[in-house]
Amino acid sequence: MALTGMQIYKSLPKTNCKKCGFPTCMAFAMQVAAKQKALADCPEISDDAQSALSDASAPPMKLVKIGASGKEFVFGQETVMFRHEEKFHNPTGVAGKISASLSDEEAAAKIEQINKAVFQRVGEELKVSLCAVGVDCSDPAARAKMAAEKSNVPLILMGSVDSLKAAVEAVKDQKPLIYQADASSIDALAELAAATKAPLAVTAGSLEELADLTKKAKDKGVEEMVLSFNTEKPGDTLRTLTIARRAALKKSCRELGFPAIVDINGATPEVEGALANTFAAKYAGILLVNSVEPCQLLPLLTTIQNIYTDPQKPNTVETKLYEVGQPDENSPVFFTTNFSLTYFSVEGEVERSKIPAYICVVDTEGLGVLNAYAGDKISAEKVVKTLQEQGVADKVKHRKLIIPGYLPIFRAEIEETSEWKEVIIGPELASKIPAFLAENWK
Amino acid sequence: MDIPKVNERWTSQINEVTIGATADQGGTRSKVITVGGQTTLPGMTFEGDIPNSPVIAGYVSDVVPEWPDFLKKAIGNEINSPTEWAQKCVQEFGCDLISLRLNGADPSGDDKSAADCAKVVENVLKAVDVPLIIWGCGDDDKDAIVLQDCSAVVKGENCLIGSAKESNYKTIVAICKADNHKIISEAPVDINIGKQVNILLQDAGYDLKDVVMFQTTAALGYGLDYVYTILERARMTGLKGDKLMAGPQLADVGGEVWRIKDAVASEEILPGWGDPERRGPSWEAACAADYLQAGADILVMSHPSAIKTIQETITQIA
Ligand code: SF4
Repeated sequence: MALTGMQIYKSLPKTNCKKCGFPTCMAFAMQVAAKQKALADCPEISDDAQSALSDASAPPMKLVKIGASGKEFVFGQETVMFRHEEKFHNPTGVAGKISASLSDEEAAAKIEQINKAVFQRVGEELKVSLCAVGVDCSDPAARAKMAAEKSNVPLILMGSVDSLKAAVEAVKDQKPLIYQADASSIDALAELAAATKAPLAVTAGSLEELADLTKKAKDKGVEEMVLSFNTEKPGDTLRTLTIARRAALKKSCRELGFPAIVDINGATPEVEGALANTFAAKYAGILLVNSVEPCQLLPLLTTIQNIYTDPQKPNTVETKLYEVGQPDENSPVFFTTNFSLTYFSVEGEVERSKIPAYICVVDTEGLGVLNAYAGDKISAEKVVKTLQEQGVADKVKHRKLIIPGYLPIFRAEIEETSEWKEVIIGPELASKIPAFLAENWK
Repeated sequence: MDIPKVNERWTSQINEVTIGATADQGGTRSKVITVGGQTTLPGMTFEGDIPNSPVIAGYVSDVVPEWPDFLKKAIGNEINSPTEWAQKCVQEFGCDLISLRLNGADPSGDDKSAADCAKVVENVLKAVDVPLIIWGCGDDDKDAIVLQDCSAVVKGENCLIGSAKESNYKTIVAICKADNHKIISEAPVDINIGKQVNILLQDAGYDLKDVVMFQTTAALGYGLDYVYTILERARMTGLKGDKLMAGPQLADVGGEVWRIKDAVASEEILPGWGDPERRGPSWEAACAADYLQAGADILVMSHPSAIKTIQETITQIA
């Protein structure tokens, strides 16, 4: 919860000694409230006042870190219920489950599969974030060690209290997520988590009980926790997750102020996939999934990529010359804006036309064609300049330039002021590009 | 310990829109479909009512779409005939209604005549007993003629006609008022334009209680974030009492997903991405699952396996 300047001022020494660089304690307090200065910048503040204030100013949902040194997954600290209110901050992690019943070889093979599940999509890396290893096997410690050694991503360890004790102890420097404490195991697992400083997943039949358990664990010294749910009744879980998040974010309910993990199970891999996407959209911090096949993973990772995009920041692509297919000196040349939605629509439709082409991207500060034109972010002059900078004329023999259908007004100026002597007015909508090319590019 | 009360107090109900008409109601459908009517966000039954589940409309086109072969195969030979395709959607895929696109009317494509299109509509109507959604080809001038004839042959069937935009709303209103159909109001991923179109419909004398809102649809990975948030914001605005945004919402998932490379491209083009025969339907189902959370009431879908997955998902997350 953000503190007001007044609340901060009350805890300061009120001596106006100026050591913080501000004329008065009040002026300093205002800066802290505006997050321009840290409390620690006042050398005179008492430890008590500082800890009281930092408790009160702690984020309503805890940031939780699983793993250590290079292999880390950080999540939580979400601030809103809906993307448009601000943004979702820390993308949901997908965790591939490795059943305890697998042999060592099979388990190692699945870990390898998870290591390999790294994809490139629209310039970003998408991957499985965690390995969830079942440790109710003959040698839990050995299984955990093997997983820690082989896996490129941090671990979740899943099992009974005894197995977890052995397994977590064996890899405690890796800070695995301990999965999971319920009413019967909370004491033992909270002690284990406190002793090893590993985060702890906690589950219960109701949110009331869950809050009791996280409080209990906190009293035992566990700081980082994860609220744990499953999909036995997916509708109920959606509702419960929503209530827990509202309680944490809107009512500062500290006991529920943790991110969530959802164990996804479905009658078929397809239903499982659809449920995983559902919970990626609504409030899971980690999704435990059975299938790590690309067919299931890619749509899921793309949903997470989309949902966690910052809605206030226009999505842009790099302003450069793009090649679709393998264009040559006779291929068509388009230009469009650097608003990624516009660019990817044009790219997708050009690809669909099966005619290789060049697309020159003009910097419009992330605005689409019409908005860029209305807001003076694109002009014939800028287009000509960009074409020159990108050396487009060197790529093709012809001098035909296809321009967006919404900008016919650019034609004359481009033809007069550049070597592009044959400007062709393209369609207004990207979806008409294939038909347009079929008609006009022979 | 007690958990603080966090129920939202939504003040308004989303409009309940019924599509189709039975014999008693002057039509020929064996059942009608009702969407909307909720007083809370998707699934949040602890603070409001959700009288009607989201429904799935099977995508049908008068001409075979440019889809990957594996999708055409999954639908079957029936894809070559709009009537058989529609029947299969209902009888085998279990779709709640049919979304018929008259793509063949496109002047830059097959440029089929209004009379031909009307014949297709008439035949599809006879072939199935579920309600129909009927769209033109997207070309305003052509659609004005095509939809007029198509609407006339299903007069009294209470179809949902798409779509009314700023550019053509007058024609669509005239057609739907004359033949008693419902209207899809369309806006290009823009909440203000969405509102504007609805104001225009209202000013033209059309009752907004008979309107389904359509903010176009982006495929997963191609702007879903924008459309998702627009649907969510529009729904919240409607629940907070804005009568202009209180319509149920439609997402054309099947019409968009099969145009993008992520769902259709082979492993040669996307190495390591797996077989598109399985990736494609997963992509369509994922996209539909996302839009359900954003507040879509009607999902238009294409792949039989994705349809089945989402039918099961709708039941499970209720
Ligand atoms: S250093 Fe601390 S006590 Fe001194 S003026 Fe600044 S805020 Fe006040």
